[in-house]
Parts: sequence; C-alpha cells; structure tokens
Amino acid sequence: MSGERDQGGRPDLALRVEALESLLAEKGFLDPAQVDAIVRHYEEDVGPMNGARVVARAWVDPAYKARLLADGTAAIAELGFGGPQGESMVVLENTPAVHNVVVCTLCSCYPWPVLGLPPAWYKSPAYRSRIVREPRAVLRELGLELPPQVEVRVWDSSSEVRYLVLPERPTGSERLSEEALRSLVTRDAMIGVAKARSPAEPTRG
Amino acid sequence: MDEPALDPSKPSLHQLGPAAPPRRNGELVFEAPWESRLFGLTLALCQGGHFEWEEFRLLLIAEIGAFDAAGLEPGAWSYYACWRAALERALVSKGILGPLEVEARARLLGARAPGHDHHHGDER
Repeated sequence: MSGERDQGGRPDLALRVEALESLLAEKGFLDPAQVDAIVRHYEEDVGPMNGARVVARAWVDPAYKARLLADGTAAIAELGFGGPQGESMVVLENTPAVHNVVVCTLCSCYPWPVLGLPPAWYKSPAYRSRIVREPRAVLRELGLELPPQVEVRVWDSSSEVRYLVLPERPTGSERLSEEALRSLVTRDAMIGVAKARSPAEPTRG
Repeated sequence: MDEPALDPSKPSLHQLGPAAPPRRNGELVFEAPWESRLFGLTLALCQGGHFEWEEFRLLLIAEIGAFDAAGLEPGAWSYYACWRAALERALVSKGILGPLEVEARARLLGARAPGHDHHHGDER
C-alpha cells in the first residue's frame, strides 16, 4: 500500500500540503475547520449510495426513469442530490444491445454528488488511456466479458458534462423492493465497468 | 505498481472483499491524510471564491498531461501529487502565495524535532 511509500519515499508531499494549509490559514484565505467539514462530508456523506438510490428509483418507476434520461440533473435533484461536479448530469442507459462506460481521459472528472470521489484506478494513466483504445480488453481485465454483438460506447467526461451509467436491472430482481434493489447497484456498475449485482450473489462488505 | 486495478493477475482494491480497507460510504477515498487535506483545502478555496474550479481543472489537466508525457514507470504515478502541483500553480498565479513560500515553509516543518506533534496532556 501507499502508506509506506508516502512515509518512506516521498515525505515532502505531506509536508508541502501541511505547509500550504498553514500558510493559507495564516493569511486568512482558509479556515481549517472548513477543510475538516469538507473532508468529512466527502468521506462519510457523499458516495455511490446516492447513485444507487437514483438507479433503484429508475428501475421501479418508469416515469422517473424517463425524466432521468431526459434531464439527469433535474431528476437527480428530485432525490436531493446535487452540488459541485453534478451541475450538468447526463444519464446513459445500458441495454442488452448497448453498454456504456465512462472515463475522463484528461484528468478525473466524475459525478461527485452521486458517486462520491473517484477510485484510484479511474484516475490511473492506464485506465484513462486504454479504455478508449481497447474498451473490451480493459473491461475484461476488470471482470466484465461482453458478447461481441453488444455495442460498447465510451464517454469521455472531459467537458462540463458528468455521466452516470444506468445499469440493466438484473434478472431475478423482479420481486425486490426499491430498498433491496439499491444494494445491487455498485459504484463500478454506475461507471460502466461492471453490471449490477445479481440478487443471487452474496453481498460484499 | 501501487494501484493494481488493470493488472489482471491481481485483484484490484475495490475487489478485495472482506480484506478491503474500511470505508464509511463504500469507498476508499483517500490513501493518505495529506491527500484528503489537499482535496479539502482546494474546495474550501473555491468556495471562498479565491479561484474558479475550472481554472484549477485546467492546471490539473496540464500536470497530469506532463506526467503522462514524461513516460515514467507506473509506480511513480500519484494523482494527488499532480493535484498538489496544480494547486500551488493556481495560488502563485493569483498572487496568494509567493513562488518559494511553500518550499520554505515545508523545509521549516521538516526540521521539527521527531515527536513534535505527539503531546501528552500531563506533560509539563
């Protein structure tokens, strides 16, 4: 893990950030308590559980789904989610014929209000460069094998638009409640590098 | 490589199951405390109107592009190292910080005695 590397190989990064914060606080540009609050918010309150609520609602409510696909930002706001990096949301529906997957090739644009902050692999040079060139190979490496007849569409979020993938509702989930459906919706399914969990699969921690 | 997500021979971090690090909302967000401070202070500065997110994003793209173009080994990659460089550029270009100020303060902080932040309430 990176802990050793950060402490052993690059002590200067932690020090530089500490230096930045202390300078900015002294000059009155920053309140450290505000930084605490922002970090706590993104670590604890914002995350893919928000996106899972959006997806599960779309699975059970066809009218909501229609609104979601027509205007993602407004429909997501109906459930109370919005904020930085969620100002212009486009929702992409996966079907048996079309599979959507999202990347930001230039940096790491990501829909924070519904998915939280991006995982390390989403920001990695390998994912950013390869998912566009060879999406099927990358998806296979991430554990998703798509039949050749399925069209793969790769969406690059490098403009002001942020994408959320609406995964297919898994077979066998017809009798589940909206709340139970949420637990089938993973972060990876909403980026498009996985399918939603099958109800038969044991839920991981 | 630190992040093994695209190495098919290893499970990626998000697939580690019960062995995965603890996460409050189902995500491992930051790998070290300095990453979360850096993220938080950048957002706080944006909220305070000291610069626009889009200005910062363009600098971040430039830093990441420079890393990609340098062709370094994958283990050298650190997203938040690029972020740190971009933020310092933004602050210097706005005149909020002098170009050598952070370096000097970091050197001062690095010269503190070991255990400087390890205080016990009953010490005199």
